[in-house]
Amino acid sequence: MEKHEVRLSGSGGQGLLLAGIILAEAAIIDGKNAVQTQSYGPEARGGASKSEVLISDEAIDFPKVRDCDLLLSLTQKSYEQYNHGIKDTGVLILDTSVTVEEGVTNKIYSVPIIDTAAKVLGKPMVTNIVALGAIVEISKIVSYDALEAAVLKRVPKGTEELNKKALALGYEIAKESLTK
Amino acid sequence: MPSQLVEQYFRADNLPQIWCPGCGHGIITRAIAAAIEQLDLDPNKVCVVSGIGCSSRAPGYLDFNTLHTTHGRALAFATGIKLANPDLKVIVIMGDGDSTAIGGNHFIHACRRNIDITTIIFNNNIYGMTGGQYSPTTPKFDKGTTAPYGNIDKAFDVCDLAGAAGATYVGRATSYHANMVTTLVKNGIMNEGFSLIEAISGCPTYYGRKNKKGGPVDMMKWQKDFAVNVTAAARMTPEQLEGKFLIGEFKNKPEPEYTKEYQRIIDSLKGSDV
Amino acid sequence: MSKKVRLMQGNEACVEGAIAAGMMFYSGYPITPSTEIAEISAERLPRIGGKFIQMEDEIAGIAAAIGASLTGVKTMTATSGPGFSLKQENIGYAAIAEIPIVIVDVQRGGPSTGQPTSPAQGDMMQAKWGTHGDHPVIALCPSSVKETFDLTIKSFNLAEKYRMPVLLMMDEVVGHMREKIEIPDSSEIEIINRKKPTCSAEEYLPFKPEANLVPLMADFGTGYRYHVTGLVHDETGFPSNSTQVADDLIRRLMDKVEVNKADIISWEEENTEDADILIFAYGCVARAAKTAIKMLREKGIKVGLFRPITVWPFPEERLIELSKQVKVIIAPEMNLGQMVLEVERLCNKHTKIERLNKVNGEIIYPEEIIAKIQEVL
Repeated sequence: MEKHEVRLSGSGGQGLLLAGIILAEAAIIDGKNAVQTQSYGPEARGGASKSEVLISDEAIDFPKVRDCDLLLSLTQKSYEQYNHGIKDTGVLILDTSVTVEEGVTNKIYSVPIIDTAAKVLGKPMVTNIVALGAIVEISKIVSYDALEAAVLKRVPKGTEELNKKALALGYEIAKESLTK
Repeated sequence: MPSQLVEQYFRADNLPQIWCPGCGHGIITRAIAAAIEQLDLDPNKVCVVSGIGCSSRAPGYLDFNTLHTTHGRALAFATGIKLANPDLKVIVIMGDGDSTAIGGNHFIHACRRNIDITTIIFNNNIYGMTGGQYSPTTPKFDKGTTAPYGNIDKAFDVCDLAGAAGATYVGRATSYHANMVTTLVKNGIMNEGFSLIEAISGCPTYYGRKNKKGGPVDMMKWQKDFAVNVTAAARMTPEQLEGKFLIGEFKNKPEPEYTKEYQRIIDSLKGSDV
Repeated sequence: MSKKVRLMQGNEACVEGAIAAGMMFYSGYPITPSTEIAEISAERLPRIGGKFIQMEDEIAGIAAAIGASLTGVKTMTATSGPGFSLKQENIGYAAIAEIPIVIVDVQRGGPSTGQPTSPAQGDMMQAKWGTHGDHPVIALCPSSVKETFDLTIKSFNLAEKYRMPVLLMMDEVVGHMREKIEIPDSSEIEIINRKKPTCSAEEYLPFKPEANLVPLMADFGTGYRYHVTGLVHDETGFPSNSTQVADDLIRRLMDKVEVNKADIISWEEENTEDADILIFAYGCVARAAKTAIKMLREKGIKVGLFRPITVWPFPEERLIELSKQVKVIIAPEMNLGQMVLEVERLCNKHTKIERLNKVNGEIIYPEEIIAKIQEVL
């Protein structure tokens, strides 16, 4: 049985809830089961938010992450709040702005997700899609084709090309990302 | 021997009603039935909704689709009825405490929505059903069982409140001016939108007795002597109007009606469900 | 991905289920974590010729839905925590006036404003006792997105069949989580509509019960001019001061559920055949229990699950039977002990009952259930 527990974290407004939905939808397109949950504070923007996705070939009972296979953190605050319960084999995908304390033994990918969206693409709104591109390259938990199909289903009309580009760019920068 | 109007529009089996001798509510209820008769509305398509209190017993005596709801909530129930079936003519009967205290929020929002409901507030300036407590329309310094030393709250002007909140037809009459109640209710029903008619009613049992207003005849006489028609008032000086109150039609400014506006949205979406 | 297999949120599944059941009217007031139910209803209903209205407050939200139901349409309102408290007044009204309506409560942490974005199961007893006076209650409790779809339909069916308010007791986890759901074809869905009179208007007695204790219900505007009141009333619908009428009415309202319990009650069992430990859980907590059971079974510990689907009326008989078989019942709840009171009332003669309670706004984890079981073994 293959099971992946993924936690996406960042600041409210970075689109991580949608990223979680897209990831879960991609898993379903791949013929798997998926459950997505979220937690958030009262702020619509800012604060620390997380979206969790469980992907499995079998039925998923408990809907929340317990043994995290993959943590994405786009902000320092969200990393510090949500870096618990990571498996020894779990990987961390962090924006380059996030620094990690000494002694972390997990594999870490430091990826310029925020800068790529804001500076390379000039559209901070696609930060979440860049992140998804990086996640699929590093973890392979869903197929790229399914992920692209799921992205196109959920993004606003007229932004399809931009989002396809963001996904592809996220995939590329992950390849070159720093690992520890 | 019931009159033809009573025979036709009242549930004669339920009479006599529970209101006290000298209460104005029976006169106003009859005046509403007269408006329905004069407009020749199909009784099967008339729905009368009320809240809780003395006035709210009225629908039980009227032979239409009738709904006696919870305290203050009549307009909220009525809004659901009207929106779900705009073919129904919806008439709401409330008391002063019912409509402007516990139901005040529903009242201002029904006005604001301009939903096609005709509301008649039987205003007797007191909570009668519970035994004479002061209400939001009890005049300042008057007494009630819960204002034994005089009421220090400022009273609402129900018509000003309705007009300011967005009702498109507003008027006031009294149980003495019963024909005017009928006329205003008729106009209210014909207005496609939210209409508010305040009907001043005397409560000799509680308000009258507590405030030494005399018996039913004295209270009726007060309505006659102190009411000034709004058209006549326009030609009177402030001194002449001192202590008087206005009756007549205060506002008649039609605006787009809520259920029609909603239907416009439905029509614009036809065939769009996937 | 076929058209019918979708990733769907619990709150969305509630609206889809409602529409599948025939909902044509929704009125409510926005409140976290139920707001998506209002938003999706606002979007969907006018497209199918239905009506949505955002009322001025929670009380008006249920009142308008009750009013609309009297015209013959199926109606729903949804809320959470503080809103459920505010709706109690008119839940009682719908009960005594026998008006079908579905009320959804997506439970969050309380009391008062409490924890608006966090899950809880603190309204379970309020569902039963929240409004004043003796009144019949049907409350259903889903633990997945698919079940939310199914139980919303069932809620409408029961509301229509028994002419009463039906409560769908969700929680924030079930309401907000998204999971795979296969929407059944409409031909596979059983729909029940209220029974209407066929007699003449003169002969119609709006509150005269049929054999199943439920009166026939005419739509306002169809020629049956009748009276509806929240006062105690006789078969004509008009208020009565008779002690006999009052007694008959309240007993009949309660008996509608009591006599028809077998038709209403449902529950789920998992691994109970050989179980000597039983977990009693509902809503999102039942999912933690299922994971815990899998983990414990791998170690050879014989644990089973009893999950009430109708929490009210409570599935008493089967639980009593199981309590005679097991050594202990563990009752994890996201409150400080509510449904466990029923378990204790029914089963404490037969077995030991252990509570596990959490009110910090977080779901109960499988590990916590396992720890509790290890503690009591």
